[in-house]
Amino acid sequence: MALMVNEKEVPFHAGMTLADLVSVQGGDVDILLVNGYPATVQTALFDGDQCWLWRRGKVPSADEMQHLLYARHSPGVQACLQGKVVGIMGLGGLGSVVAIALARMGIGSLLLADYDVVEPTNLNRQQYFVDQIGQKKTTALHDILQRVNPHVSVTTIDRRLAEDDIGAVFKDVHALVECFDEPAMKAAGLRAALHHLPGVFYVGASGLAGYGENNAIRTRRLYPGIYIVGDEVSAAAPGQGLMAARVGIAAHHQANQVVRLLLGAENEAE
Amino acid sequence: MRILCNGEAREIASGIRVTDYLDQLGLDALSVVVECDGKILTREEYGSHALQDGAVLELIRFVGGG
Repeated sequence: MALMVNEKEVPFHAGMTLADLVSVQGGDVDILLVNGYPATVQTALFDGDQCWLWRRGKVPSADEMQHLLYARHSPGVQACLQGKVVGIMGLGGLGSVVAIALARMGIGSLLLADYDVVEPTNLNRQQYFVDQIGQKKTTALHDILQRVNPHVSVTTIDRRLAEDDIGAVFKDVHALVECFDEPAMKAAGLRAALHHLPGVFYVGASGLAGYGENNAIRTRRLYPGIYIVGDEVSAAAPGQGLMAARVGIAAHHQANQVVRLLLGAENEAE
Repeated sequence: MRILCNGEAREIASGIRVTDYLDQLGLDALSVVVECDGKILTREEYGSHALQDGAVLELIRFVGGG
């Protein structure tokens, strides 16, 4: 007979209340949940209950965060993701979403590149906040990621990338995500990866503007380990702007494809 | 002469360079990745590489937005 307390198994004895668990935690908790509902120290516990005890505002330690992710994702998956480095080129509507998704999933390290600052016109789809307008996107996204998962190692590159240096900048990543806005840079990114980054997984994007059909966004394999996400036709243009939902669909295709590749899905039928 | 472009047979002028062929297709060369006979061309090769009869061309075209 056992309880789950903060995702860890604790022996259960008949007649236990939350007070018994609080005393074990040193009493330093003010958020008490049982099976997802708010509770008090008097709440009676039953075999199999899921309990959460937390101090408001406490930042989980690296160990605690790791344990939470292990419990949610399974240890094999999490151990793999934790050892990986992912590069993201461009931190706009795609890149900011991809970075946050990967940080939530507990990727080990992120290498983030952008030269731009947060503008009011970005806020319709990019993950920045009103109070970050005018900040460098690298700085703003770093701050957001710290709040999501402070144990992801984040390195930022605050300059414009060029086809000639992409290979050198991202030579140590396991996967590279192309989230550029300009089509010329999208092509440059793919060429650079194909020429200079053998063995690095690559997930690019093309065709995600507007509010077209959800399922027209797809993930297409170009070469082994090299993919492109999008409908490949919907360009950002007057009358067809970039909108949070469809850009988000594409970004999450990219993030999931990275996870799939890192976890060995390349060998499965795509 | 004939080439295969993205799986479709196309009749093109003999010896045409990649950059001119992309132009004919109405494509901005900057936004296209070109694979010719299994090799990814560098940007510099777009202007120098002449298509040969029977060439197998794969064009990966990008549109803006991110």
